[in-house]
Amino acid sequence: MPFVRLSTLLPRDGNAGRVGNDVVLVLVVITALGFDFTNGFHDTGNAMATSIATGALGPRTAVAISGVLNLVGAFLSLAVAATIASGLVDTNLVTLTVVAAGLIGGIIWNLLTWLLGIPSSSSHALIGGVIGSTLAAAGGHAVKWHGLVSKVVLPACLSPIIAGLVAAIGTWLLYRISRNLTHAARNHGFRIGQIGSACMVSLAHGTNDAQKTMGVITLALIANGTLHSGANAPFWVILTCALAISIGTYVGGWRVIRTLGKGLVEIESPQGMAAESASAAVILLSASFGYSLSTTHVATGSIIGTGIGKKGAEVRWGVAGRMATAWVFTLPSAAVVGAAAYALAHAIGGTPGVIVDLVILLAVVGVIYWRSRGSKVDHNNVNDEWTGSVAPTEQPEPAAA
Amino acid sequence: MSWINLTALWKILVFGLIAGAGLPALFATGLFSLSRGPKTAAAAGDAEADIVVGGSVAGMVLAAICFLIILAAIGWGIYEVYQIGHPAPTPPAK
Repeated sequence: MPFVRLSTLLPRDGNAGRVGNDVVLVLVVITALGFDFTNGFHDTGNAMATSIATGALGPRTAVAISGVLNLVGAFLSLAVAATIASGLVDTNLVTLTVVAAGLIGGIIWNLLTWLLGIPSSSSHALIGGVIGSTLAAAGGHAVKWHGLVSKVVLPACLSPIIAGLVAAIGTWLLYRISRNLTHAARNHGFRIGQIGSACMVSLAHGTNDAQKTMGVITLALIANGTLHSGANAPFWVILTCALAISIGTYVGGWRVIRTLGKGLVEIESPQGMAAESASAAVILLSASFGYSLSTTHVATGSIIGTGIGKKGAEVRWGVAGRMATAWVFTLPSAAVVGAAAYALAHAIGGTPGVIVDLVILLAVVGVIYWRSRGSKVDHNNVNDEWTGSVAPTEQPEPAAA
Repeated sequence: MSWINLTALWKILVFGLIAGAGLPALFATGLFSLSRGPKTAAAAGDAEADIVVGGSVAGMVLAAICFLIILAAIGWGIYEVYQIGHPAPTPPAK
């Protein structure tokens, strides 16, 4: 692809080029933080859905606690940021336009799945977007396929299974050990434990998901020549990413919380605690190894596992199947949007290209937000009886007898 | 270059089971021993009774030990994650 080679010949620190670069860099950083925000509210449910569903925490309290712990978690580990920044694509071939287009792919897919109430992976949306735009810009050799498969695709397949196994064993143990407690005492006691385990998941989410945006901003800084290849995320990047994901979490993705808490399995508090403990353990362990796994996949695997581990519990496999389908499509779909965004920006060229891309992004965000108002899910109706749809159908008030 | 890091996989599985299923099981053990005692005995047969603290001293001590082990394990885990998660940056390639 000859047009790609041309762009690498352009001077990177010529005076005129420099100004354009800085404008684009600022836009990319803002877009990245915007993605981080969607990441926060898309994933609040991973930590808090089961606690909200069992009534261990009030909906508003739950999202507030989760927001704060995401902030703390973001500072806890930088291993995943390193994977994203330099483990997936050849940083020498990535330009700011590539990063911007990749982010656009991630945001659009994240918002679409949120609208449908599907807990898909924010991480895969982001990684898919970046890979798609890199492919469009520089071709297949710019993608580190080995890193992609070994650090993203395989963990994505294995992590829900491991988490589900741990949660199923945990659930079985909890019911076995507490079988002499009365139903009321058991639910009461485990609700307290559940608050602790839900907090651990929020913390784990911060160590994993906030890192991904840090990694992307670091990638942008490397692409701009501000940082050298292989550098760690600077402190201001860590801080702004931590804040963006924590505010996003606080806003609360009620649609996804509802699907996870009510749609998949009807959950009792011992199951909630088992699911959350399994999620937290698997996410924190994997983050330490630099695996950028999806907290969403892990949380869903755990919730299904806890349904399998309890005798007589019913897993709604239809809902689970719909989710799994969305998971498979997330990487390629976000990649297609990312590639299209790059192609458009490249056709227009330079700073205007990126700006046109972002204007289109804002328009799409506006349309999706407008659509979501039609079937509102918020902290008031998040726990309503599951009737097969994300937005609870209006229950007619029982006529006064 | 291998596609799958088996060492990491079994570590995640084993430590995942210990922390993700073992610690909640320990919590359940703590709850169980906390609920032992005269109050629970008095309410025996009442399926609606919501008695978390049963009143037995030995039970409470055992429960406290369980809960402390859990807190210590969580604290140690967070410390480990912090240690592993702040590697030295690779120096710029020349």
